[in-house]
Amino acid sequence: MADLGSAPIPPVGPDDHVRGEGEEGLVVYADLGCPHCAGAWQRLRDRPGRLVFRHFPVASKHPRSPALHAAAEAAGRQNRFFAMVDSLYADRGRVDDPHLWQRAERLGLDLERFEEDRRAPEIQARIKRDFQSGIRAGVAGTPATFDACTLVAVREREF
Amino acid sequence: MIAAGEPAPDFTLRDQDGEKVSLSDFRGRKVMLVFYPADFSPVCGDQFSIYQEVKPEIDEKGLELVGISVDSAWAHKAFQEKLGFEFTLLSDFEPKGEVARAYGSYIDRVGTANRTLVLVDEEGKVAWTYESPNPGEFPGANVIFDAVS
Repeated sequence: MADLGSAPIPPVGPDDHVRGEGEEGLVVYADLGCPHCAGAWQRLRDRPGRLVFRHFPVASKHPRSPALHAAAEAAGRQNRFFAMVDSLYADRGRVDDPHLWQRAERLGLDLERFEEDRRAPEIQARIKRDFQSGIRAGVAGTPATFDACTLVAVREREF
Repeated sequence: MIAAGEPAPDFTLRDQDGEKVSLSDFRGRKVMLVFYPADFSPVCGDQFSIYQEVKPEIDEKGLELVGISVDSAWAHKAFQEKLGFEFTLLSDFEPKGEVARAYGSYIDRVGTANRTLVLVDEEGKVAWTYESPNPGEFPGANVIFDAVS
């Protein structure tokens, strides 16, 4: 049984998705189907320093999110994780499977492998691990940004 | 706000399908009452979406999670269907907010419940409570798991 009680975010590990250089930086829990994340993404990715991306798909809000995160993770197996993330946030209007295949082709991915990988149980488990670590850290909306282990930015909401 | 150790006031409200549901129906099980301001408000949607994502783990804990707001049963039904929630939503509609008042969750100046969690144990006593500092913030799902661990 998964323990989802409170815990700090896990330290950055070798299988985290890391963009940029440096020992210090931000960890963002983001949803690839979330318009607020798409809006924040350009600012986050262009800032200097290290940025760690962790999966936080909320399917009931964004039904295609699980498929989008699986597609990014599958692209990551061909070293194009952030290229797929950039692509998905840059064009949120086309996220059905044929659109994902088109994106994969444009990124030069082996399509057959992409298709196999994005449905692999290990990829689902990898995404769930990130999601559950966010739940334990109290992530209650996306994007949620941590500096070290401290939550530093959440989307402000009224009511 | 009601305090841990007090008997949880019983109530009977209509759920999203118009069926009567009483707190006493849950006797013998742990139930988390989730008072919230309003169906379809952005924060309420986010709150229940997050809880829906961890519903299997909530079920594993043997916990019933029940939402309560001043909305009508029809609004609850639409809210539930729109976002695919599987939790029971109860309508504290008339007299407006009576149950929220009984638990000390009602905000008169706003006209809705505050965002409040009340854990009721198997014997019908309040075991734990949480009240958000303001309706714009909601407790993450980790807080629920902390409460029942």
